[in-house]
Amino acid sequence: MREELITSGRLNPNVDPYLEIWHWQIPLYLFLGGLAAGILFFASLYVILGKENEYRGAVRRAPIIVPFILMIGLGALFLDLRHKLFFWQLYTTIKLESPMSWGAWTLMAITPISIIWVAIHIQEYFPGWEWKNVILRDLNAFFLKNKVGLAWVTIVLSVILGIYTGILFSAFNARPLWNTSILGPLFLTSGLSAGAAAIILFAQSKKEKVVFAKIDIMLIVIELFLIIHMFMGFRASTQVQIDAADMFLGGAYTAPFWIFVVVLGMIVPAILELMELRHKKIPVYIPVVLVLFGSLMLRFIISYAGQMSRWLY
Amino acid sequence: MRYAMAVDTKKCVGCADCVVACQTENNVPIGYCRDWIVEVTDGTYPQLEIEIRSERCNHCDNSPCVRCCPTGASHYVEGGIVKVTPHECIGCGACITSCPYDARYGHPDGYVDKCTFCDHRIQDGLQPACVSVCPTKCMYFGDLDDANSEVSKVLKKRKFKTLIPQAGTKPQVYYLI
Amino acid sequence: MAQKRRDFIKISSLSAAGLIFGAQQLSSATKINSKSKLGDFGPLDTLRTPTYCEVCFWKCAGWVYKDKEGNIKKVVGNDDDPNCNGRLCPRGTGGVGMYHDEDRLKSPLIRVAGKDGKQTFREASWDEALDVVAKGLQKVKDEHGAECTALLTHGSGGHYFGTLLKAFGSGNIAAPSYAQCRGPREVGFIATFGDGLNSPEPTDIRDTRCLVLIGSHLGENMHNGQVQEMSDAIDKGAAIITVDPRFSTVASKSKFWLPIKPSTDIALLLTWIHEIIENEWYDKNYVEKYTYGFEQLKAHVKNYTPEWAYGITTIKPHVIRETAREMANAAPSVIIHPGRHVTWYGDDTQRLRAVAILNALLGSWGRRGGFYVPEKASVPAYPHPQFPKPTRTWRDAMGGKYKLADLALASGVCDATIPSADLDCHIKAWIVNGTNLIMTLPDPKKTLEAIQNLDFMVTVDTMPMEITGYADVVLPECTYLERWDDLRVIQGREPNIALRMPAAEPKYNTKPAYWIAKELANKMGLGDYFAWEKFEDKLDWELKQIGSSLEEMKRIGVKNLPREFGPLYYQKGQDIDFFTNTGKIELYSTALAEEGFDPMPKYTSHMEPPAGFYHLNYGRAPQHTFSRTSNNPNLTDLMDENVVWVNPKVAKEWGLKSGQPIYLQNQDGVVSDFPIKVRVTERIRFDSVYMVHGFGHNNKKLSRAFGKGASDSQLITRVLVDPIMGGTGMRGNFVTFRFEKESEVTS
Repeated sequence: MREELITSGRLNPNVDPYLEIWHWQIPLYLFLGGLAAGILFFASLYVILGKENEYRGAVRRAPIIVPFILMIGLGALFLDLRHKLFFWQLYTTIKLESPMSWGAWTLMAITPISIIWVAIHIQEYFPGWEWKNVILRDLNAFFLKNKVGLAWVTIVLSVILGIYTGILFSAFNARPLWNTSILGPLFLTSGLSAGAAAIILFAQSKKEKVVFAKIDIMLIVIELFLIIHMFMGFRASTQVQIDAADMFLGGAYTAPFWIFVVVLGMIVPAILELMELRHKKIPVYIPVVLVLFGSLMLRFIISYAGQMSRWLY
Repeated sequence: MRYAMAVDTKKCVGCADCVVACQTENNVPIGYCRDWIVEVTDGTYPQLEIEIRSERCNHCDNSPCVRCCPTGASHYVEGGIVKVTPHECIGCGACITSCPYDARYGHPDGYVDKCTFCDHRIQDGLQPACVSVCPTKCMYFGDLDDANSEVSKVLKKRKFKTLIPQAGTKPQVYYLI
Repeated sequence: MAQKRRDFIKISSLSAAGLIFGAQQLSSATKINSKSKLGDFGPLDTLRTPTYCEVCFWKCAGWVYKDKEGNIKKVVGNDDDPNCNGRLCPRGTGGVGMYHDEDRLKSPLIRVAGKDGKQTFREASWDEALDVVAKGLQKVKDEHGAECTALLTHGSGGHYFGTLLKAFGSGNIAAPSYAQCRGPREVGFIATFGDGLNSPEPTDIRDTRCLVLIGSHLGENMHNGQVQEMSDAIDKGAAIITVDPRFSTVASKSKFWLPIKPSTDIALLLTWIHEIIENEWYDKNYVEKYTYGFEQLKAHVKNYTPEWAYGITTIKPHVIRETAREMANAAPSVIIHPGRHVTWYGDDTQRLRAVAILNALLGSWGRRGGFYVPEKASVPAYPHPQFPKPTRTWRDAMGGKYKLADLALASGVCDATIPSADLDCHIKAWIVNGTNLIMTLPDPKKTLEAIQNLDFMVTVDTMPMEITGYADVVLPECTYLERWDDLRVIQGREPNIALRMPAAEPKYNTKPAYWIAKELANKMGLGDYFAWEKFEDKLDWELKQIGSSLEEMKRIGVKNLPREFGPLYYQKGQDIDFFTNTGKIELYSTALAEEGFDPMPKYTSHMEPPAGFYHLNYGRAPQHTFSRTSNNPNLTDLMDENVVWVNPKVAKEWGLKSGQPIYLQNQDGVVSDFPIKVRVTERIRFDSVYMVHGFGHNNKKLSRAFGKGASDSQLITRVLVDPIMGGTGMRGNFVTFRFEKESEVTS
């Protein structure tokens, strides 16, 4: 029998008995960031592909929520900081080795861009809108002219935004549950799936809805594939990883993960969307809400469970 | 100059003097600790073995906490000591999450804190508080680049190990076994 | 120089003020405060004040450092102090917690009957409270005689209250550290060598080649200097032999660990003696020259073979032989450590006799690596009138028993407070200073009964320990960091003295013990015994008598003085007169024989645990000192409760898991007040459990200690009294587990 104890009464708040340094603010931000990344990705993708008019929902309508969810996400991040008065230090330096630094600057770039994107498409919601201010009118014209260039910038930034949250976690190899390179693509795919689902809500044409339903189903299949391989990787790895995976395979997080994230958040909406493609009448918001819910729960569970996994004691 | 520490597990009795001395020396708030004692017992009565270790931040050569800090508050100083500049720290908690030894903690004032190898004492030519107080004198500290330092000499003489070497952090606290 | 042989039977009790006047020459060999590599803590200037620690009896000297705002920041060891060599133990380092603890006693309290008839304490001024104390003691003197008052003390305060009590006319001064702790070993060693061990024990651990620990868990009991020297010994390759039913920390560093069956230690010791005599491994010259009674001893141990011991102790015969040979090979640099808390089964004086005999056979007493010859400085006492001679002493209160005890028994005082047919007068008033009798004396019910029979009780303490709840008057003492005190004068390889001076003003409305005693004395007309104006003047006077001064001591903190009475070890061929009846080391004790006790130790078996019960073993943790530190914020940060160690086989039987809280019930049906968490560990024998002493406080005023862990003292109701000196053996209790607290079942 091996007995391993800390005998000097260590009980550092938020670190012992297991890490609890990130609470709801972080998973919420990760979800909102992923959703924003997904929406902007598809928006800029179809501009680049020149199919803007066929996919008005994706390009012109869905992105209106992006600035708001990014603001909420940033607000959540700010609330999470424990030394709030010094938050501006983030923007005094770029640390290439720190995914958090990447995130800070990416957000710094993508938030104004999302505002610009909404601004140049404002007529979609307010048909009679005219920019009164001369500068704004000129800027509006400028961006409309260089829309493709803007789209390229946006698509790159949205991919970074979508994937960096996963990389952020997987860079912490001190938390065995996150120590897998699948986490980045998984979070990106989850974000794209959430974006696709949101676009379905905003789409007006039938064709757009069908296309995005198909895209969503495909993304869900990829997600499931990634999840299965992630667990296979853990089970084949060292003891700390096996212990981490066991949290989901019989441990405390088994029911929440497989029920909320996989079944309710992926399989059921995929089936519902499939049925809808087969012309069964399903209220459109049910699969959308389920996908968004699943995406949010994925972030929550991975965030909390990952903090619980550790190397020592 | 590469500072390192060696702890002789054969002599350590786990009294936690190092923990209290660090607390009074560095004003560590009650309820927090920068170092701690781990006791590992193996075997079945009466064939038993104990290893006792005094652990702390390992001031790794390849520390994930310095790499992941978005503001540079977590940085190296002379001798490879890892320190945190409180007014540059935003309290994001990335470094706490990135440490495989769970050596860091969030100070109640908001910034992140941990063992500093008592660099304020080293610059006066003293040893860290924990090394100075240990009643069994089982702790050694010094410059690994200096072949005549206590720690270099003891690492030449004795077998030693580090914690979680497979994490690739290159820790600089050695345990004599 | 031959010294006078003492009359062993009629030993006068050691009195604090009875130090011999000795002329000391100013030593030119005073060590200069050197900047040692590993011990120095900063610039030597006025930012630090000297003190010596009061957290335990070791009294390590140190420096108190303050920060820029003048607040006490940390305490570190004094490099020149031979007790600590510049390194304090965790309790000493955490001593600042005692100062910062907000649960401290803050104001004098007087017991009054409240409006609802319930008794409560009300705050009072010092003047009023001291008046009540003076009146209370005077009343007892008038009605019953001054001899019916007693002082129970542990720590520096004993000096002053002892003086007060003796001036008052009573000699009943008892420290629990005698009959509840080290008493049997003092008597056992006095009976053998003519000298006790006292504190700190003169064990030459740093030069030993073999350290035998039978009943000592050095490293968990943090006798600072000894732990340091043990570390040195390990460096030099010394072999450690540990005899313990538990795999203690030091057992893990030992060459041999003997997992002995509890209560069978005398059998092992007698067998070792047998082996060493049988194989002629004893120091023949030493035994021939210095000992008496060898032939009787040889005949006595004839049948104590390893095979015999195996059946009793469960230690294999070859291990017993190997360990005996290991000791013999190392002789005379071998120490069979006497331990400290030796009140176990009631035959403890005899067990320590066996330890002393073993040391004598191996020739370690007075030799390098064994026991050195300690010396203590002679500091003259500040002049005071002669003490009145009490018509009765504490010995009279013992009813003719325990004639061989050389110090007063705290438990004896407690017994003598309960009216009984044997005594014609009883103790009526207690002054209790620095000892929490509820947790110190075994069988708490008896202690409470004694307290109920008192006319008056005053406690002087720093913390609201349980004992203060029973007092008529509670006087708040300031901590050692806030006061002057008498010089520390202890024995050692070299005589040395240490100064304590305050690092801060007393917090709240607390006062030093010397002030309290002096004020009381003034109120009781005994002011002449405290004739100094300021305490510093008294210290300066004393220091000047030995060639130093207060100013010097403030600068250096500790002064080492040259030896005066002879070398550190016996010289080859030296003639020595031991303070025994025969003048030699008595392997056969004539003093014991005269009193009708066994002149040589015998093995007697002790009670075994009934089915479902386990030996209650208790001990220390290096982070705590008894119950004194259980509320210290720095130290509770390390350990805030005790746990009960349970063997995995036992845990499986009972379905116990680590961390599970359970209640303990002892053989007399007493259930612990609070639950204690289980630690399932291989380190404890299957027939025993183990817990650290000093927890399970039930005084709510101790905010950090209340309800944490369980109190072993509460479960020690079966007391095995040593007939020779009255020591209270506490290891004869057994516990079983209870999952719910049931009402107490009286057997």
